[in-house]
Amino acid sequence: MAIKERLNKASKAKAWYGEMPVESLYTVGIAGEKFFRAIKDEGKFLGTKCKKCSMVYVPPKIYCERCFEKLDEYIEVAECGSLESFTCVHIGLDGNRLPAPIIVGLINLDGASTCIIHKLGETTVEELCMGMRVCAVFKPKNKREGAITDILYFKPTKQ
Amino acid sequence: MGNRVAIVGAGMTKFVRRAQETGKELSYHAAKMALESCGMTLDQIDAVVLGTAPDTFDGVHMKGEYLSDGAGAWGKPYMRSYVGGGTGVFSVAQGWYHIASGLIDTCLVVCEEKMSSYQPHAQAAFLTIFDHTTERPLKPNLLWIFALEMNRYMNTYGLRKEDIALVAVKNKNNALDHPCAQIAKAVTVKDILNSEVLAWPVQRLDVSPVSDGAVALILTNETIAHRVTNKPVWVEGVGWALDTSYWTNRDLCYPRYVEEAARMAYKMAGITDPRHQIHVAEPYDPFDYKELHHMEGLMLCGKGEAPQLTVDGVTQRDGELPTCPSGGLLGVGNPIAAAGLMKVAELFWQLRGEAGKRQIARKPKRGVAQAWGDLMQVGTVVVVGI
Amino acid sequence: MKKSNIKNQSSSEGREVRIEHKKSLSPHYSLLTTKFQGVGLSDDDIKKGKVCTTHWIGDTKYAWDQGIAIGKYLEGLKHGKILGVECHKCGRKMVPPRMFCEWCFKTIDGWVELFDTGVVNTFSLCYVTWDVKRVKEPQIPAVIEIDGASKGMGIMHLLGEVNPKKVYIGMKVKAVWKSEKEREGAITDILYWKPIK
Repeated sequence: MAIKERLNKASKAKAWYGEMPVESLYTVGIAGEKFFRAIKDEGKFLGTKCKKCSMVYVPPKIYCERCFEKLDEYIEVAECGSLESFTCVHIGLDGNRLPAPIIVGLINLDGASTCIIHKLGETTVEELCMGMRVCAVFKPKNKREGAITDILYFKPTKQ
Repeated sequence: MGNRVAIVGAGMTKFVRRAQETGKELSYHAAKMALESCGMTLDQIDAVVLGTAPDTFDGVHMKGEYLSDGAGAWGKPYMRSYVGGGTGVFSVAQGWYHIASGLIDTCLVVCEEKMSSYQPHAQAAFLTIFDHTTERPLKPNLLWIFALEMNRYMNTYGLRKEDIALVAVKNKNNALDHPCAQIAKAVTVKDILNSEVLAWPVQRLDVSPVSDGAVALILTNETIAHRVTNKPVWVEGVGWALDTSYWTNRDLCYPRYVEEAARMAYKMAGITDPRHQIHVAEPYDPFDYKELHHMEGLMLCGKGEAPQLTVDGVTQRDGELPTCPSGGLLGVGNPIAAAGLMKVAELFWQLRGEAGKRQIARKPKRGVAQAWGDLMQVGTVVVVGI
Repeated sequence: MKKSNIKNQSSSEGREVRIEHKKSLSPHYSLLTTKFQGVGLSDDDIKKGKVCTTHWIGDTKYAWDQGIAIGKYLEGLKHGKILGVECHKCGRKMVPPRMFCEWCFKTIDGWVELFDTGVVNTFSLCYVTWDVKRVKEPQIPAVIEIDGASKGMGIMHLLGEVNPKKVYIGMKVKAVWKSEKEREGAITDILYWKPIK
């Protein structure tokens, strides 16, 4: 049976406006605590190693997602690694053009089996290529909070 | 109906107000413990079902997918279960039909909730449960739902707060024997009646807390169950039913959707006289009156009769029909989805004689767990037996 | 299930693992001695920065289409009327209105004008706001069965101009409307419901 009433003019369609208030305070977790403390206090990256699967997870996890073993061996991985992928973003979350484009990349730090995502700085997208060496640039120690933004960006390096 | 399905292992985390662990880590702890409890490993699990309630709590979009690796689902068929508070028990039904269909042999069922991330208080996240146009402009809050239902229930059957408070006393005291309990306390009826009035007739000690926690069960088919354990607990019946979301068009004094779900589960389990054929019950008790409301919906007694059973001591651990021997949500805690699964885990341990200090002496052979959720809408029921 | 010919690194090989009979069923495992995981944090731990946290504020805005039924309902409220719908198959007169009867699963057969009086089906005295602040004077939410609709057909709203101690289930109430100028086509065009003497 058809709906008997229809709106023929889009201008007559009415909407009710509202918001969904969402504010979150996340704990970083047991593994996250070690990871972010190491960034904050020592300017270094930690991962956890699964010997069975030969995987090094960065950011670290307390479990191996493949074999489900408990991981409690934290090892240091390098501040530098290879650029596995990258892109240049021109449009913001609100759909408007950004004042300046942002370059984002997937970085495989030396010693890690996984990638992390972060911004790329002190470079242009034309200079970048897959597999090139990049290194982390940290905030000065007194400005670090124990967050992913303690790393300002990754920059290309000859190292 | 289909292949026989058994629960062979169970695990859970402590229920706490705010866990340091992330949702993934909570899921891992529960899932790992469940596997270790029956000597199984993740590669022996064919599929994973994860139950978790609103994405808003964790502030993570597609929360089911986000938590999947912590629940052991990497590279496996995976399904997220979500019917509000009914999720915990419904996830067992989902795990059941994976195996009953013959498609899957072993299924890991995990339920997780991390409500503490939501600011200022997880209760505020429930604002969006109300209709955005006809209800939210009145600035309602979660307590209204329960208070309106509790008032209607009390008024219809002429109940007093003293009768209902006995449930909170029983469950909070029972929870003193649960190693994972968040708010176990030796309280009295007087304590309940003197506690702060939040939304009359609901008072502070009538309510379960906001919690973080996770629970996991291992389900297998019959052949594997006998290889893994000498005490499999069989899933004998499952049922679920949803009432209309026009909750203001329903009489709130009786949860007919719980009755419909119970009928479905009892029919499958061959139960014709629930009051005597069920030996232990874990109805959903986020508020004390809800245990009574749900006992009636589960047809464990007539309408309006549940308070009398409580007063007579029938629902105590040494009574004829122990109800919420775990301590329930009122005593152990209420991480929304995990709470329902905690009840099924309790039945698992009770039927196997592994519930420690909470053990019911009468050697129960059959139990029913039930959960409830949404805007007073969903009833989910599971009957287990040994 | 037919085994795939595609070689990849998935864990499907793992699922072929046989589950052998156990010689002894995990005797070393005992629920009574097992250590339950979970590290509880207090408000103080968070405030004092004992653990790292991340703060995020979401920005979610909506323009919900009112739809045919609620659109007309709100239009009715703007004109000081409460509208409902009827289904001739089950005979119900329903409010809030909807375009299809959810019992009979067919489109509704017409609109009806209901009264702006009703009976309190249930109520509460709420001393806590939605964002967990305490108030001295309670809000009185209620489900009000609207006169003219079928029995049990209610809407949620607030009671006002009444002593909280004198509210009871079965009390007759009438809507108190905003002035015509102030009405905008919203549920709040009714300020509250007060008892009819």
